[in-house]
Amino acid sequence: MAETNQRTAYGQTLVELCQENKDIVVLDADLGASTMGKMVETTPGLEDRHIEMGIAEANMISTAGGLARVGKIPFCSSFAVFAGGRAFDQIRQSIAIGKLNVKICGSSAGCSDFGDGATHQSVDDIAYMRVIPNMQVFVPADANETVSVVKYMASHKGPMYLRVNRNPYENVTPEGAEFKPGVSAVLKEGGDVAVFACGIMVTKALEAAKKLEGKISVKVVNVSSIKPLNAEKVAEIAKSVKKGVVTAEEHSIIGGLGGAIAEALRLERVPMEFVGVNDRFGESAHNYDDILNHLGLTTDHIVEAVEKINSL
Amino acid sequence: MAYSEELIKSLKEKGQLLRRDCIKCIGVGVAGHVGGSCSSADLVAALYFHKMKLDPKNPEWEGRDYFLLSKGHVAILQYSALAEKGFFPVDDLLHCKDIGFYLQGHPHLGTPGIEAGTGSLGQGLSLGSGMAIGLKLDNKPNRVYVLVGDGETDEGQIWEAAMSSSAKNLDNLCAIIDCNGLQATGRIADRLPNEPIADKWKAFGWNVIEIDGHNMEEILTALDAAENFKGKPTAIIAHTIKGKGISFAENQAGYHNRALTKEEYDKALEELA
Repeated sequence: MAETNQRTAYGQTLVELCQENKDIVVLDADLGASTMGKMVETTPGLEDRHIEMGIAEANMISTAGGLARVGKIPFCSSFAVFAGGRAFDQIRQSIAIGKLNVKICGSSAGCSDFGDGATHQSVDDIAYMRVIPNMQVFVPADANETVSVVKYMASHKGPMYLRVNRNPYENVTPEGAEFKPGVSAVLKEGGDVAVFACGIMVTKALEAAKKLEGKISVKVVNVSSIKPLNAEKVAEIAKSVKKGVVTAEEHSIIGGLGGAIAEALRLERVPMEFVGVNDRFGESAHNYDDILNHLGLTTDHIVEAVEKINSL
Repeated sequence: MAYSEELIKSLKEKGQLLRRDCIKCIGVGVAGHVGGSCSSADLVAALYFHKMKLDPKNPEWEGRDYFLLSKGHVAILQYSALAEKGFFPVDDLLHCKDIGFYLQGHPHLGTPGIEAGTGSLGQGLSLGSGMAIGLKLDNKPNRVYVLVGDGETDEGQIWEAAMSSSAKNLDNLCAIIDCNGLQATGRIADRLPNEPIADKWKAFGWNVIEIDGHNMEEILTALDAAENFKGKPTAIIAHTIKGKGISFAENQAGYHNRALTKEEYDKALEELA
């Protein structure tokens, strides 16, 4: 049975990859039990392939740079706020300028760590990772796609950032599909409005399209490769619908998927609306749905945005 | 004496040669890192012209030792050593910072002999630590040397790396702390005091050796002792003089990154002859 939790899919895939390739190593900053890097540490025979760095993210990232320089393929994991936010300068200076083969996993991303509040919720990581030259940024839609993306990352060189959700939800992409960076996959055809979504918002976009069936024909596009992004393909999709586009992401409306799609469409006359976090931090909640609802990240918010574009 | 007089003499001369190369590279009227290049020159000369296993014709040779310039602002010193060692033409030093040229203002991966991109202070020791971990995983004998500025130890990441390198027993790693006592804007003691620096490294679990960083015999002895010490990384605390060899620049924070006048340029080269 396929795992439905992205972080568990990440850990399981790393175990498999470590067993196949002796050069893959997994680094954690005392959060391996959450990132699931610990699955490598606790697999017999792989103990020395998990490198515990303690609560020191900056050192973890630069250390990974050194490992890459001597031929290792390091996967560094922490919560997204720490992996990318705390170690931003190390990612920029130690890794990205030199195009080192370091893979960074921003785990418990978005608001998926609902209870811990603003300090642990990443509403800005897509923005600050994708602005770094040489960095590729991937946001898989579900656990199935996470497996494919991690396999891709392990077998292709260069700095890459993977954004992973903490909570389980149903798969919407097929198991075992090959991941290709730059490709935006149309998951559902439609002729009125196109919704470009990433992460868990792909699931919600599909639900929104279903809710609007018979009223508005919605095309749903999974943009798991935020960078590289095939701008021509995005424009082609945007122009294939009559009314315009909506973007949906568990991230600030500034600088994330919405920004990336807007950049891709900057020479097109296409109306656009963003569904995302409205330039604010997250906060604590008792469950995931409550915080998503509070921040405007539900199926109904996508429905509203699609109706708005359709009414133009 | 464990080392021949001839060796000591030739390495001292290399140190002076590197200082002269740096001054020529900096030239007249454009700011360059005079002070920190001169304080580190003897340490770098000992590594490149005696201690490290290197193949200038094959910079990525698997058997090489690794040198990382964590105090990346003295890139010209490393470039001078690489050029004099034969990694690239000495004349190319004069084109450092030319648009599109491979000698950037700070060490950049892709330049022959450069092992890590550095410049944002405090990261080189972590990078070196990662190399040392990787080499140990593969049971390789290569050694990793990281040159750290004493001002640079203001950065907290240095101490994260100090802690983890010791915890992982990286005896293939050697940090050399160039203790010239000055940082960009003044005396370290007046800015963010770092003493007792040797005790700090000891407390972090390192084998510590304190030397005069301009005494070639002490430098060679320390490098050999570091290689022979098993179980923990070694920190060589090298007491140096910023601007060493140039009378008007010695112990002057003002020459950390400064443009030389024509008179200063000529006098520096004359004194370093």
